[in-house]
Amino acid sequence: MKVGIVSWGAYIPKYRIRTEEVARIWGDDPLRIVDVYLVDEKSVEGIDEDAVTIAVEAARRAIRRAGIDPKKIGAVYAGTESKPYAVKPISSILVDALGLSNNVFAVDMEFACKAGSEGLVAAIGLVKAGQVEYGMTVGTDTSQGEPGEHLEYSASSGGVALIVGRDGVAAELEAVYSYVSDTPDFWRREGSPYPMHGEGFTGEPAYFRHIIGAAKGLMEKYGYKPSDFAYVVFHQPNGRFPVRAASMLNIPMEKIKPGIVVTHIGNTYNASALMGFAKVLDVAKPGDKILLVPFGSGAGSNAFVFTVTDVVQERQKTGVPTVEDMLRDKIYVDYAQYLKMRKMIKLFD
Amino acid sequence: MKHESVPIYWRNIPQYYRLVAKRCKKCGAVHFPPVVRCRCGSKELEDLELPKEGKLVEFTVLHQVGTDFLKQKPLVVGLVELSNGVRVVGQIVDAQVEKLAPGAKVEVVFRRVVADGKHGLVMYGYKFRPVGL
Ligand SMILES: [Zn+2]
Repeated sequence: MKVGIVSWGAYIPKYRIRTEEVARIWGDDPLRIVDVYLVDEKSVEGIDEDAVTIAVEAARRAIRRAGIDPKKIGAVYAGTESKPYAVKPISSILVDALGLSNNVFAVDMEFACKAGSEGLVAAIGLVKAGQVEYGMTVGTDTSQGEPGEHLEYSASSGGVALIVGRDGVAAELEAVYSYVSDTPDFWRREGSPYPMHGEGFTGEPAYFRHIIGAAKGLMEKYGYKPSDFAYVVFHQPNGRFPVRAASMLNIPMEKIKPGIVVTHIGNTYNASALMGFAKVLDVAKPGDKILLVPFGSGAGSNAFVFTVTDVVQERQKTGVPTVEDMLRDKIYVDYAQYLKMRKMIKLFD
Repeated sequence: MKHESVPIYWRNIPQYYRLVAKRCKKCGAVHFPPVVRCRCGSKELEDLELPKEGKLVEFTVLHQVGTDFLKQKPLVVGLVELSNGVRVVGQIVDAQVEKLAPGAKVEVVFRRVVADGKHGLVMYGYKFRPVGL
């Protein structure tokens, strides 16, 4: 019995700010910054966008691509670390914005950038158990970085929705493996406007340990080797980390490159790895195996293996915007416009 | 400006989120915003979710705007003819005004409309944005 991804939908806000524009404001050398992070520009949400609106757009596209009745979706999860409300779910707004039935399991999940992919695990579980026909997870963020701090060069906005089911599966789930530990690499306390992170702590003990731990654990437990995969997609906090993780696992460059989006839109947090996954699904061929490993600070990774089915070709022809389409469709803003759009200028209420 | 109350917003969610109109069961007329009585006199109305794409009939750029939108000037507002012929007025977002023209293809998007101060409700609803411009 096949269970897996029935459809995917991605949304990248139209606005971009160039790394050199941010560097100009804070007195950094733009060439050095681009060299360190390999991020040329990042996406910026419009003034009337937030993690909710981004989730709705991505989810609507996933439903359009699937061509299913939204009332058949029995579970909806939103993974984010930029909720507009501290208390009030995104997932219930999705229920009414998408026209789902009221008989739906719904919750927002938080685990830094991993929450959206944890929603995928939960949705797959419910579908496998026969509890729901379709389940949906959305990774959505308008991620924050303190102005002038290095996180600002990558923290960006975007969303990806995945519909899981057993009917019309475009990418069948073969295996999933998790790797989690208490690692204080990145956090944001209640009420803090920006996250804190341990410089030099985000790499080895956090990103690499958990990504490699999940990917290696999966390969050992289920008997995969790097040559089994046509595409490999990792979480992308910058352009360097996923490339290095690939080389640590002896995965050749050409398998990782098609799923890299951080260079053009920055780190969309909960949508980061999923955006790379969506970009790969836009072009994948039946029979391709995809290794997907999102990561969330705090810290943890889930490694997934999917096998693309014949259905993918149908899904690729639906006219829903591809990730590549959205990478090209952009309007540049300057730093002042960026602050306004991100609601970072202090105004009276 | 006084915001719409929470109960009124809540009652209007189908209209704001998904463009749910009313269709007259007697004469077939479609009403958006929804009405409780058709112009033919009938009160027998059913829900109809409007299509999510259409074309721009006309638009204007507002430099004088209501209090809620003062920090979003200029505001582009357009009349959109949806693919089933129903016409809806709404804000046009993500548009480069110099590229905008009647006939432009637009799609319905879901956006923040107003937030009731720093602590109150964020109210969401439909807007339009150009496709392929
Ligand atoms: Zn009538």
